[in-house]
Amino acid sequence: MQYINNIRQYGLLIVFGIICLIISLITPQFLTISNLTIIVTQVSINALLAFGVTFVIITGGIDLSLGSIVAVSGVTSAMLAHPDSYPVLIPIIMGLLAGLLMGAFNGFIITKSKIAPFIVTLGTMTIGRGLALILSDGRPVSNLSDSFNYLGSGTVLGIPVLILIFILVFALCSIILSKTILGRYIYAIGGNEQAARASGINIDRVKLSVYSISGLLAGLAGILLASRITTGQPNAGAGFELDAIAAVVIGGTSTAGGRGTMTGTLIGVLLIGVINNGLDLLNVTSYYQQVVMGIIIIGAVVLDSLNQKSTS
Amino acid sequence: MPESGKQIIRVKDLNKSFSGIKALDSIQFDLYPGEVHALMGENGAGKSTFMKILMGLILPDSGSINFNGELIENMDVHKMLQKGISMIHQEILMVPELTVAQNIFLGREFKGRVWVDEHQIDQQSQELLNLIGLDLNVKTKAKQLSIAQMQLIEIAKAISNHAKVIIMDEPSSALSAKECELLFKIIKDLKSKGVAIIYISHKLEEIFRIADRITVLRDGKYITTKNTNELDKNSLISLMVGREIENLFDSDSRVPGNVILEVKGLTKKGKFEHIKFQVHAREVLGIAGLMGAGRTEIARAIFGLDKIDSGEILLKGHKIEIRSPKDAIEQGIVYVSEDRKALGFIPELSVIENITLSNLKNFSKRGFIQTKKETKVSSQMVDDLKIKAAGLKQKVINLSGGNQQKIVIAKALLTSPALLILDEPTRGIDIGAKHEIYKLINQLANNGLAVIIISSELPEILGMSDRILVLSKGKQTAILNKQEASQEKIMHYAIH
Repeated sequence: MQYINNIRQYGLLIVFGIICLIISLITPQFLTISNLTIIVTQVSINALLAFGVTFVIITGGIDLSLGSIVAVSGVTSAMLAHPDSYPVLIPIIMGLLAGLLMGAFNGFIITKSKIAPFIVTLGTMTIGRGLALILSDGRPVSNLSDSFNYLGSGTVLGIPVLILIFILVFALCSIILSKTILGRYIYAIGGNEQAARASGINIDRVKLSVYSISGLLAGLAGILLASRITTGQPNAGAGFELDAIAAVVIGGTSTAGGRGTMTGTLIGVLLIGVINNGLDLLNVTSYYQQVVMGIIIIGAVVLDSLNQKSTS
Repeated sequence: MPESGKQIIRVKDLNKSFSGIKALDSIQFDLYPGEVHALMGENGAGKSTFMKILMGLILPDSGSINFNGELIENMDVHKMLQKGISMIHQEILMVPELTVAQNIFLGREFKGRVWVDEHQIDQQSQELLNLIGLDLNVKTKAKQLSIAQMQLIEIAKAISNHAKVIIMDEPSSALSAKECELLFKIIKDLKSKGVAIIYISHKLEEIFRIADRITVLRDGKYITTKNTNELDKNSLISLMVGREIENLFDSDSRVPGNVILEVKGLTKKGKFEHIKFQVHAREVLGIAGLMGAGRTEIARAIFGLDKIDSGEILLKGHKIEIRSPKDAIEQGIVYVSEDRKALGFIPELSVIENITLSNLKNFSKRGFIQTKKETKVSSQMVDDLKIKAAGLKQKVINLSGGNQQKIVIAKALLTSPALLILDEPTRGIDIGAKHEIYKLINQLANNGLAVIIISSELPEILGMSDRILVLSKGKQTAILNKQEASQEKIMHYAIH
């Protein structure tokens, strides 16, 4: 399995390399440290969501509530992050907790009610948006402490905190998926849920875990976004879930479940970032950028399915 | 019977390799109109690959295929269907929410002025069903059909496609004796109309009854083609496996040990009631009964896949509560399902990953999998059970049925069970792998395991079991000792 995945990822990596090469030939600004730093910083929020939802998608599920969780957690943490209110750890913990709870709620309803994840998380998406508006009274929450804002804009040893978190979360998720029992169970459930149950796997517990992880990482993304824009926006994150899912799909994870890797998702996230950045540098308007992005998503899946056919 | 009339299919020197491994090696094959030509070989012999090529699903590396004297190149599914080759698959794909008639004419609907002409579809479907002698309302939804009915409807569909060649892959595996008779009658009718049939089955009795000629493949190689009357069962088996199998079951006499499992008054309404039996260590208990007698349902209940309404389950004398397969496995009960695809293995996972799936806790520290230990134990299992795979990392979906079954059994054994329940352990498995699985079961029972075997094949039940529990319509009608049991006796109690 690993072998086949490697081939597929090389394919994706080659496409990624070619696109980078083309862009850098056209615009010399592309291959500069500062521009690359910008790209990685820009994609880091999407990356956190994409890593989380990769787990969910491999189990054969989906999470549409990510964008709303970003908003709830952003508003929650911002409300606790005014200067001279609480130590910075409190808004961070509460923001993460908000995300974790919403994710766990998704997981709980999905496992207990047997309703399709698509429907459940669609519901949570609306609930979450409402909660964010209720909490903030519909207004942006601003006037945040410097220590809170440092998360989104500060650097450690010259490297943006955002990028450090991005790398750390990628490493953790990658290890969970490929080295732990939980990871193996995630693939098993996505591959054949009934057989997984008959093998003695506690399906409900695994599903609860993946939706909780997805929610937790969306919570983290919400905090970082609020910190970066120095505001808790109740309308933030709308549509983010779709960008995350797009990255996962481009990365070769099957929406039918049972197949996919964290590295694939990483490449998917970077590919989206590079293309957006390249189009920016080429002064292509954002209207066209959306069209290009859509074509790339479909193209990636078509390539992947052709690839599947030739290997099987 | 190479008689008058020219071949409808002639295949010469067909070769096909998958990533360097030869799946087909110089295959020769011919087929005449009105002939039933059996294609025999163990799992992995190359039958499926060969049929996929004939259906245009995959392309051969070299060799020629003539259809009605015309050399076929660049085959694809559509072209082959048009030429008149139809296949009745082992797994049937019907749209559950559509009616029988709508399924038969799916993709070929008659157009009315605006809408589909449902009336004509129904009428023609009814005629087809009458033709094959299947008594069924064409407005029945597919989801209400039994597998047997679907299989027969697939044949009707092939006839309506004006098929000249029909490939039947294990068509009788899900059929009752009565339905088999219907199938054979249909085959006879098709023959008289000049339709050629390629018939794949592991049931030798059938082959000798209906086949005109037999072609044997082994390990991807063409072995021989003979008229059926030139062969007998033993000579055919030795052609298929390349060696003689003397005693298929070679069961030993064992002295049973302590009671491992006892069930009392086990009841699930509408499925089974008041079931009461014991299984001992060093014992194989067979469960026999007709389809729908409740055999699988009892096993599923003991394993925690379904809930029971009342009754007790005792393991080694202690009452236990089983709410899920996880509970059952932790208590030492493990179940190998009759439906390997649905409940047995994870197709996309590797041999190792499947084998250790039920017991990952023993291969991990603080949630992290210890790959070395996992690989070591798995490769031992692969050796012990003689599992044939390209490597431990090969996906299980790419293995043959017999090897997949062995993987599922390996997974079950790794949980160190006290009781192993095997449901149709050799369904759809070739005779060589069957023999190995029987040997394994005997060996396990001799070493102290309590085993329950559920099977529709009476020779298997009689050959393997120390005692036999017979069910009829959800009720237990007899427990027979090995000495007193016979096919007639079992059938007597099964239709009680």
